[in-house]
This record gives sequence, structure tokens and C-alpha cells, in this order.
Amino acid sequence: MSPKTLYDKIWDAHLVHEADDGTCLLYIDRHLVHEVTSPQAFEGLRMAHRKVRAPDKTIAVPDHNVPTTLDRASGGMNEESRIQVEALDKNARDFGIHYYPVSDVRQGIVHIIGPEQGWTQPGMTIVCGDSHTATHGAFGALAHGIGTSEVEHVLATQTLIQRKGKNMKVEITGHLRPGVTAKDITLSVIGATGTAGGTGYVIEYCGQAIRDLSMEGRMTVCNMAIEGGARAGLIAPDEKTFEYVKGRPHAPKGAAWEAALAYWRTLFSDEHAVYDKVLTIKGEDIAPVVTWGTSPEDVLPITASVPAASDFQGGKVDAAQRSLDYMGLTPGTPLSEIAIDTVFIGSCTNGRIEDLRAAAAILKGKKIKDGLRAMVVPGSGLVRAQAEEEGLADIFIEAGFEWRLAGCSMCLAMNPDQLSPGERCAATSNRNFEGRQGRGGRTHLLSPAMAAAAAITGHLTDVRDLM
Amino acid sequence: MDKFTKLTGVAAPMPMINVDTDMIIPKQFLKTIKRSGLGVNLFDEMRYDDDGKEIPDFVLNQPAYREAEILIGGDNFGCGSSREHAPWAIKDFGISCVIAPGFADIFFNNCFKNGILPIVLPQDTVDILMKDAEKGANARMSVDLEAQTITTSDGEVIAFEVDAFKKHCLLNGLDDIGLTMERASEIDAFEAKLQAERPWA
Repeated sequence: MSPKTLYDKIWDAHLVHEADDGTCLLYIDRHLVHEVTSPQAFEGLRMAHRKVRAPDKTIAVPDHNVPTTLDRASGGMNEESRIQVEALDKNARDFGIHYYPVSDVRQGIVHIIGPEQGWTQPGMTIVCGDSHTATHGAFGALAHGIGTSEVEHVLATQTLIQRKGKNMKVEITGHLRPGVTAKDITLSVIGATGTAGGTGYVIEYCGQAIRDLSMEGRMTVCNMAIEGGARAGLIAPDEKTFEYVKGRPHAPKGAAWEAALAYWRTLFSDEHAVYDKVLTIKGEDIAPVVTWGTSPEDVLPITASVPAASDFQGGKVDAAQRSLDYMGLTPGTPLSEIAIDTVFIGSCTNGRIEDLRAAAAILKGKKIKDGLRAMVVPGSGLVRAQAEEEGLADIFIEAGFEWRLAGCSMCLAMNPDQLSPGERCAATSNRNFEGRQGRGGRTHLLSPAMAAAAAITGHLTDVRDLM
Repeated sequence: MDKFTKLTGVAAPMPMINVDTDMIIPKQFLKTIKRSGLGVNLFDEMRYDDDGKEIPDFVLNQPAYREAEILIGGDNFGCGSSREHAPWAIKDFGISCVIAPGFADIFFNNCFKNGILPIVLPQDTVDILMKDAEKGANARMSVDLEAQTITTSDGEVIAFEVDAFKKHCLLNGLDDIGLTMERASEIDAFEAKLQAERPWA
């Protein structure tokens, strides 16, 4: 038998049907649902008198537009958002799917609570009407975002019509230097591939620096695969993965655990497996990075300066000029001299406990710059509770951060957490698109430690200077 | 789903690369629980100023392109968020065909589910179509899905590739859930196998 990649193995294990032209029907093990991309899908089911085929494999949570202020139980949600959340409440009830309502301490960002509750397991196929579903690939699962029509298709049939993607290997060799994190890895990879470099591929991240990451760090890396154009990114499971999954509410138990473990240990790319594309980066070469423009590929080390449009070629010349104009930046300005107004720590990229620990380690005993707005939005109610127990919340609050409830918040600014026109934000989220965090808002993506450093100084800052 | 067979109409030129779905339809319009009515907010932040007035320079605000039915775009069109509101907004505006050197995967897929034909062509071919589109309202292009050809306003015929299954669904306006449900017994059999081999899943 020819050697297979991890992606090949998971694909083959879920193939229901393959047509002569290569169109495949793929079985889906877990379907995660949130309030923004699902109402039309449930409406479609109702209109066609269809049921949810596998309600036990379908998990819903409101996260995108719920307020994160402490008073959210008593209102604060605008009418449209309230209707959307109530629609999810009703759909979850009517179709009998697993549900974590806003009032539940386990509520949080769908890509954080999936792993947290043990729904996410190695070797599974996982989809959600959200492009950051790639996050779950950190467990060696094939996980990717789908549109609402596909949400309806999965609800009705527990399958997806797909064509197989190509295999891409991204290897991060060696070790990361101090102050460099998973976020710097994933941004640096996008900087190298460009935002379309992964289009049509599934990325497998490997190498010593990836192995050395915690599960939280691996989720950060896979989360942003989509920003490099790849629908899915994945990492072969290992003892760290199994340890993370073990004992979680929906993880297998007893004999089922042993059987699952035996299977999960077969989930790796065979020696001599063939990849269609390979990228290798030395871990030692990765610096703490920030984005300067309006595409996640606009990545530079914090020690660099704002580029000029003339530094680029082809369509990127106009795009870079547009970015510079939008971001209000002058070429040649050192990135570390860019003053910020707001700091946002949170999102499915960096809203997990390890992210909060990394930020708190920098902030401990310090204050944020006068006049700055800074907020921490934990990725789930349980992350929030754990951070409070570990004393991290006190560090944030004493430093001057707002300590919020769980949700997507300012990552996409569908709830009231938004930037004003011209307001500049250091954000641990995943997209720096025009208007992403609010019309006219300017976003610089960076790691939680770098965000904390920027909060202290009031400008983009090399975290290594504060360590 | 709406069929797509043949289309003759005005093509709007939009050469920007990396047009993301946040640009196509900003998040404040995702709060709807319907699929319809998003066309007026297509490219909202590029199309209207802070007071909601049209920005005259924006391509779809120019008299020649207000009725555009085809969009000629730059590379990596539709990147970012998976929101299907992006193709819903495009379709609701009246555009049924987008031609670009490259598309983001999820957006590309979402188009086919909504009666929109996305066509990938090499950059130099897109450049020809972009120039043609820049001629304005008198330069009408034709797209024939059955024949897999685009005919420019000068009569130049350009062939394109399309996935056979997706073509079949678009030509006939097929609901692919219905097609998959015809395979219910195969899904049943797969689930039985799964239960035996990986019961924890």
C-alpha cells in the first residue's frame, strides 16, 4: 500500500461514496453550530420537512453576537441579535441537539468549547459554519468551515459533498526563542505563503517546534490555517493530545477510551508520504511579529519598519498602498513606534487559558498606559472561571483591563465591542481586514504577550524588552 | 436553487486582490435570519460614506455598472469568513457570475449553492476581460455554462473549466441535499460500520 498522509487517512476513513468524477460524499462526526450562520439552514429543514439526521453529533452555542459585558443577562443585546440567539434556542430545542445557552457557564466560543467539552477528538471530521473551524485540527481531526447551505446539508444528511484537497506540509524545525509563541508561528507561516498560498490544500503542521507546543498553542496555529487560504490545518495527535482529551465530559471512557486510544495512535503521516507542497521554517528564525496592513499576510517582525507600496509587485502594489492609506501609516516608521488606542485579548485564536497566562505574566504588577482601552474576553465561561481561580483576572483588573464574559466580541465586532473610525487596536484575534473590528477601525494582529506589552507602553512593543 | 445557464450582461471591473467577505458584506448585516435583501448592502463600506451616501467613484455606483450582472475580480477573491451572506448579497444585487484568477475555497463553494457561477481563469485572460469590462455599459459579455465559454464584447471567445458535478447542479438548479438523500442507504451502511469500528465517535 502506498504511504498516506494523516489527511489521506482521515479522508479515507470517512468516505461514504466516491463518484467517477472524484466528487465524494464524506461522513461528518461532529457538527458545531452557532447563531449567525445557522438560522437559514434550520429554516430550510423546516420548509422541506426534514429532520436533523444525527442530533447527538450536533452541538450548538451562541457566541458571535452575544454581549460580553457583565450585565448581559439583564439585556444589552440589540433586537436583531436577540432574535438570532432566540432562534438558536428554539432550533436547538425543536431539533433536539446539544446546546450551551448564554446562561450556561460552559458557554463560549464554539471552537474553544468543542475541545473543552471533549467533543473534539483525534481522527474525526468536524465542520461548522465558521471558517475558524480549522482550530480543531490541532487534535489530528479534519476540521473546516462551511457555508450555510452546507450547514443545512450536514444537518439533513450528516455528510458533505467534497472533493479531496491537496497535501501541504509546513514544518517548523528546532526551537522557538524566548518571547516567541504559537501566534508568531502561524502569522509567520501566512507571511511566507501569502493568504492564497494554501488555497486547495490541507496543511499538516509538523516539526520539533510544533511538537513542543501545548494543545492551546497548537489550536492557535491551526486556527489561522484559513488565513493562509487552507480550509483545514492539522497536527498529528500525540501523548499531549490524548492527555488533553482524557476525562473531558464527552471523551470516551473505560474500554471505549482504550479502543479509541489504540486507533488514535495510528493517526500519523506514513514515512515517505508524498506532499504536493512543502514549506520549512526554522523555529529559531521566527521573531515576535505584528501585522501592519489589512491582510493577515502583511506580517513583519516587531523590529522592522512599515514598508512602502513600491516594496511589492503585481496586484500587491495597489493593495499595499490601499492598506497604508487605510491604516494611516507612513513607510519607514518603525513598527514599535506605532501608538495604539485599544488592546483586545481574546477570540478563538487566543482566548484560551494559556493565552491569558502569557498576557498576565507580562502584566503582573504593571498598569496599562493612561487613556488606553483594554479588554480581556475569555474564550469560554470555564476559561474565565479558571483564570479567576489562578489569580489572572486580578492581574488584568489591577492593570486596568476590563474583565469580560465569554464570546467572539471584538474579533468580528458583531456585538457592541467595536472600534470607532480611526481607532487603532492591538488584537490577539485573526483578521485585520478593513472594517473587521468596526468601520474605519485599524487592527494590528499579535500574540497575547505582545498585546500585553503594547497595553503597558501604549504602542506596539517588542515583548522581549519587557521580559 | 436558481439555475444558471446563459447570461449576457454588463461586467463590472474590480481589479483589487484579496477582496474578503467582510468587504463583500460587513458583519452588521449578518444579523438577519433570512437569505434575501442583502444586495443593497453589498460592498457596503466601499459603496457608502459614513452618512450612508453613495461614494460616486465606487464601481457599482457608476452609471455604467449599476446593473452589472458579472463581476471581474482580482486574485484570492472571497477570502476570509465563511459567511454565505457574501454570495447571497452578490446574487441579490443581481450579479450571477464572478470571474477571477483565483477564489478562496469556501466562497467558491458557496457560490455554486446559490446559482452563482464563479470562473477561474489565468491572470492574463482575466486582464483581457477586465479591459473589456472597463469599456462600460455598452460592453456586454456573454457567459454560456453549457458550452463553457465567455464571449467578450468584441466577439472573442474564451473557454473555461468547471467541475462536472457542479456544472450539472447549476444548469439544472438542483438541490444537492435531495441528491445526497438518495444515498441514504449508503449513509446508513457507513454509520453501521462506524458504530462497529469506532463506537466512541
